[in-house]
Amino acid sequence: MRSMIRLLAVSMLAIVAGSRPAAAAVQVVTTTADLGSLAQEIGGDRVSVTALAKGYQDPHFVDPKPSFILAVSRADLLIVIGRELEIGWLPPLISSSRNAKIQPGGKGYLDASMNVKILEIPTGQITRAMGDVHPSGNPHYWLEPDNGRRIAQAIRDKLSELSPADRAYFAQRYSDFNGRLAEAEKRWTAAMAPYKDAKIVTYHRSWPNFMERFGLDVIGYVEPKPGVPPSPTHTLELIAEMKRQGAKLIVVEPYFDLKTAQSIANQVGGQVLVLAPSVGGAKEASDYIKLFDYDVNLLAATLKQVTGK
Amino acid sequence: MGLSGIRTVAIACAVVLVSAPLFAQQSSDVEALRAEVAQLRQAIDALEAKLAALQGGAAVAPAPAPSEPAVSAQSAAPVGASKVFNPDTSVLANFVGVAGKNHVSERPSLQLDEVELAFQADVDPYARADFFLSAGPEGLEIEEGYITFTALPQHFLLKAGKMRAQFGKVNPTHTHLMPTVDRPLVTDNLVGGDEGLSDSGFSLSKLIANPILYVEATGEMFSGHSNVFHSDRRSQLNYVGRLRAYRDITEGSNIDFGTSVAFGPTEVGPDMKKRLFGVDATFRYRPLRRAIYRRFQARTELVWSRQDLPAATRQNAFGLYGLGEYQFARRWYFGGRYDRSERALDAAIRDTGGSLFLTFWPSEFSQLRGQYRRTNYGEGLAANELLFQASFAIGAHAAHAF
Repeated sequence: MRSMIRLLAVSMLAIVAGSRPAAAAVQVVTTTADLGSLAQEIGGDRVSVTALAKGYQDPHFVDPKPSFILAVSRADLLIVIGRELEIGWLPPLISSSRNAKIQPGGKGYLDASMNVKILEIPTGQITRAMGDVHPSGNPHYWLEPDNGRRIAQAIRDKLSELSPADRAYFAQRYSDFNGRLAEAEKRWTAAMAPYKDAKIVTYHRSWPNFMERFGLDVIGYVEPKPGVPPSPTHTLELIAEMKRQGAKLIVVEPYFDLKTAQSIANQVGGQVLVLAPSVGGAKEASDYIKLFDYDVNLLAATLKQVTGK
Repeated sequence: MGLSGIRTVAIACAVVLVSAPLFAQQSSDVEALRAEVAQLRQAIDALEAKLAALQGGAAVAPAPAPSEPAVSAQSAAPVGASKVFNPDTSVLANFVGVAGKNHVSERPSLQLDEVELAFQADVDPYARADFFLSAGPEGLEIEEGYITFTALPQHFLLKAGKMRAQFGKVNPTHTHLMPTVDRPLVTDNLVGGDEGLSDSGFSLSKLIANPILYVEATGEMFSGHSNVFHSDRRSQLNYVGRLRAYRDITEGSNIDFGTSVAFGPTEVGPDMKKRLFGVDATFRYRPLRRAIYRRFQARTELVWSRQDLPAATRQNAFGLYGLGEYQFARRWYFGGRYDRSERALDAAIRDTGGSLFLTFWPSEFSQLRGQYRRTNYGEGLAANELLFQASFAIGAHAAHAF
């Protein structure tokens, strides 16, 4: 009987050992495609990256699918946007993952918002009557190149902690990315320079960092409050305000219905522009730098049309 | 500027403000002084805002150098000192109205059916705790209260406490998260109704790694004190097992299968056991680009019950429901449900029914629902009812149901 138990124990150990992947790549899971792109930039071939939300879906409303639980259960590192962007779907994935490494506070958990510039932090009393406000600030902070740089830096440091032997490799890749990003920033700044202080409207509050970086003036939103669908009263007020201030452009995320935005644009003689809020939000926006290439080029071209500059 | 520096400047500004009238008496240019006071007020406002932001951990970091951004302590996630270790707290209410006649299942025309208090937080690096206290017309009770050990090896997850058993899809679901006002007939007849199979015990589940499917196996052991099972002795326990398999079909569609078993003692008599066997299947479709506007879900659940009766006889009963729900606008859902179920102790009595329901979803925190329900009871009685439900929540943002 004893030998039987030993045999069983050895067999189970063999199964457990055999089920582990032989590859040493750090398994990285990110909640969004933007974080996935930055993790790939820094991690290169020393990481295997899985991004949960697609760039063309609303990152507030992602289904916590069991297939995501599987991905998170295998992760060595989980990188999240934080600031309650994923509050509706990430907690059950983490608690069901059975993965101690990536629990909040664990060695394999990285909140990318800890070292970036956050805008729109509410002050005073916050209530749900204000819509779906994020108490710790606007979570769409990745849409600012310098925040991308800061996120990449945090990823570099975390990967170096998890895989110290590759520290120099990650540092070199960060340096390379940083150089390319700095060059690209000059390009983007030059492209947007003629449109400084141009007045625009966005559908949701997804763009404060982006618009501030490029000096655009957001005068209103199609949503009356964050996460609240457009109402007729607010739409009429917005049309009046756009006419008063001469705003002609409405920027919309790919996952929102265009009907209301188009109707407003028709009333003010303006245009609706669908920009990619995330990597993969448009086919051309296939990585973090290309995301800005796509958005900046499209925005500059459209602003040229509507402003005549 | 440090906190003490800001305070010093604020006090200095206040002193200037207080002494301003004295200077005004000595100066003929009152307007200039007023302007200066206004400027100082603005300066104090700005300093106060900055102080408040610092105390709340505001995260407006200084402009960094492009090569190597400096790590700023101001970027830390904001943490209010008063709630650092407080659990996420929310209050959920379920208000139900019924019109029409039903001689078998009477319920008040209007009733605050349930107020649920939820407290959820990490216990320590190894576990989290969830408490759901339910207050209703029958008093306050612990609907669920359990600890979940999240850091076990080999993809195990262990829960201990009182919880709703993982039998099928309806039993683990809280009432306010159901797609309908009520629960299906098969739940009422065979699986314990609203409270259902909910008991104190342990739940151990494991992900079974494989390249094709998400497979989760769950084994549970309960004390045998629920609406379904009843134990007179400590040695008589109730056991539940579930095997769930899930697979994405496309990025926007998936299929979910489950089989469940439960067995344990009942109050029919000493050593009179009951066995439940269930099968469920769910198909979901949600196009990712239009995820906030369109969604479809179809679900069926079949339950077989085998109840021991005196004189070495048994009663076998069967029930099922089929449900479809379609989101046709950002805030609107429409659906229907078919019900059929025999009674657990007398399978010759078979109830059937059907429902149509419409849900309006003003936000993630409230919903209004209307439901038409027709029930044909096995005794020959029929009931046509209109149900109304308003459910709403305040407090912490809960995870979305899946």
